Amino acid sequence: MNDFQKILNKNRCLLGFLLCALPGFFAQIAFPQERHITVASTTSTEQSGLFKHLLPVFEKKSAIQVRVVALGTGQALDMARRGDADVVFVHDRETEEKFLADGFGVQRFNVMYNDFVLIGPRSDPAKIAGGKDILAALKSIATTRAPFVSRGDKSGTHAAELRLWKLAGTDPLSGRGSWYRETGSGMGPSLNTASAMNAYAITDRGTWLAFRNRGELAVLVEGDQRLFNQYGVMLVNPAKHAHVKKELGQAFVDWLISAEGQKTISDYKISGAPLFFPNAQ
Amino acid sequence: MVNDFAAALSEALRLIASADAQLAQIVALSVRVSLAAVAFAALAALPLGALLAITRFPGRQALVAVLNALMGLPPVVVGLMIYLMLSRAGPLGQFGLLFTPAAMVIAQAVLITPIIAALTRQVIEDAWLEYAEQLRSLGASNTDAALTLLWDTRFALITVVLAGFGRAAAEVGAVMIVGGNIDGVTRVMTTAIALETSKGDLPLALGLGMVLLAIIVGLNLLAHWVKLSAQRRYG
Amino acid sequence: MLPLILENVSYTAGGRTLINDVSFEIGAGTRTVILGANGAGKSVLMRLCHGLLRPTSGRVTWYGASGTSGSGRQAMVFQRPVLLRRSALANVTYALKLAGLPAAESLRRAQVKLDVVGMAQLAAHPARVLSGGEQQRLALARAWALEPEVLFLDEPTANLDPHATRHIEAVINAIHESGTKIIMTTHSLGQARRLGDEILLMSGGQIAERAPVTEFFSAPQSEAAREFLSGELP
Repeated sequence: MNDFQKILNKNRCLLGFLLCALPGFFAQIAFPQERHITVASTTSTEQSGLFKHLLPVFEKKSAIQVRVVALGTGQALDMARRGDADVVFVHDRETEEKFLADGFGVQRFNVMYNDFVLIGPRSDPAKIAGGKDILAALKSIATTRAPFVSRGDKSGTHAAELRLWKLAGTDPLSGRGSWYRETGSGMGPSLNTASAMNAYAITDRGTWLAFRNRGELAVLVEGDQRLFNQYGVMLVNPAKHAHVKKELGQAFVDWLISAEGQKTISDYKISGAPLFFPNAQ
Repeated sequence: MVNDFAAALSEALRLIASADAQLAQIVALSVRVSLAAVAFAALAALPLGALLAITRFPGRQALVAVLNALMGLPPVVVGLMIYLMLSRAGPLGQFGLLFTPAAMVIAQAVLITPIIAALTRQVIEDAWLEYAEQLRSLGASNTDAALTLLWDTRFALITVVLAGFGRAAAEVGAVMIVGGNIDGVTRVMTTAIALETSKGDLPLALGLGMVLLAIIVGLNLLAHWVKLSAQRRYG
Repeated sequence: MLPLILENVSYTAGGRTLINDVSFEIGAGTRTVILGANGAGKSVLMRLCHGLLRPTSGRVTWYGASGTSGSGRQAMVFQRPVLLRRSALANVTYALKLAGLPAAESLRRAQVKLDVVGMAQLAAHPARVLSGGEQQRLALARAWALEPEVLFLDEPTANLDPHATRHIEAVINAIHESGTKIIMTTHSLGQARRLGDEILLMSGGQIAERAPVTEFFSAPQSEAAREFLSGELP
């Protein structure tokens, strides 16, 4: 009798084991640790490697885990509007002010700045290398119809680029489909595209310094006042979204603009060159 | 191009050889998330596929066609829909699941449930042709027959479930949206590859890709071997 | 449960009439062998009796209640046994569990029947890798374990060698002696002689002749039966 029962029971043990093991296995996935905040930020801060340098210092000090979702500035603010972030850390003053005015932010603080640079192929068909005037350079690109890659994703960099075109008195959208190419993606993918097509592009310096797949590309125009790139940080308004982690989020904001936070930012360098310059008041 | 691949290969080998802690964490999370997704999907899809193979009702053919079409669900659309559901402003926002591994499990499970169900239906329907009279003769109900066939085609279904796992693990669009690619929390192999590509670090991206490929190929080889030896043993 | 009564049963599939207005009554005790050429409707007739097919018109009645297949009181063994991908023993207990028997009783009965058909040593063996003869014996053990009042057998030895065939015929006789009514089809006239008590000859979807086995072979009454017997090999 026993032998016969064994024949029948052989496969059940395995099934039983699997059924028992599964819940424990998934519990970890379903219930993540509680002391954390979600920060909606930009691809430039993520892809330049700043957060990898910055966050461990803050996490060690505060025991608050910072979870960064890196998107374009426009998307990051949208995400915060929906209540899916506790803090926003972005770089487009105009849309940030609008976000504040709509009541979604509590208070905006300057954190740091860097600058945009115009990069392009060394062959430089628009003959703009070494110039200091970004507007003249853009005009030259437009008139020579040299390929130009735009983010086209409503990010901070995209907004800055469009402002510059406007100041230059040129409508690049007339070149859409020919020399003006919108990738609709982040800074890194756009740089990959520019590298593959030997095109010009405007990028924040941080992402550029950390970018590896440069190919023939180099910085051609830099140093113009109008290429200034300011980053700001805000706590999402708990009055709009009650679940916002007010204390934890504010602790992060406060630390970023504290002396220690500011120093940590200026300490981040790639091959000796700082990527961001702290400028909290 | 040749140089890129050589660099990628050496990068991949270096990553694996150095047992990089961060890589290990990413791989472990990828496997955990996709295993969880495949488990939940299989729990729903295997019975669904089996019942669809066995039962006959008006509209069944249409349902089969819809299921087959859903195999091609665009991941980004699934990701977006789940994002909107899980967002704080969405109907399931109160659970705070957005940007957690659980959200990625949900997205992957939604993506692969139709795949597993449709392939299961195919496998079971083929078997049903052989078994139907015998099981009916023994008085099996539809449920009895479905369970019996699921167990009897288990070796073929391993491959089906693994196809689901492969799709889940290789998917990037949906998990990027609902997971947010948060370092150390929701960064899986595919989103890490996307990020490294963004940073222009193509060798590292390709290296990660090769690790992913190796895992999926390895799992499939293992499953194939299990299937072959089991078929030799059980016929 | 018996007698089994068919009243004006017809069955049509794909525009072809496979069974054409058949009526008969089958009682307990005897072994009924259904003969007929390929396509005469033997298998369809058995499936109608067993309840696997529903008649297009007419009625199949089992002692009052109509067409109940799989009640456990009737069972069927197919030409090619369909065995589950599990051990020989589990194949038998599977059927018994479906019939609603408690696990302990299932196990006891399964063991007994495997033993009787000479397969006790193979109980743990995966069923689908057994030889053809062993598979058919297992299918018989499975059907027999249900202790059916009626057992249908559709060409149970069609694919087997003489040795395995003898073994199967012995098991069929044992099942008959245990009190189960046997209704079977075969293409072998020798088998019909050895196993049959009465012969039912099908031709063109109808019953051409019904007679006790000795009379059928020595003095066939119908034209169809004479033709059938002259055409068949011994």
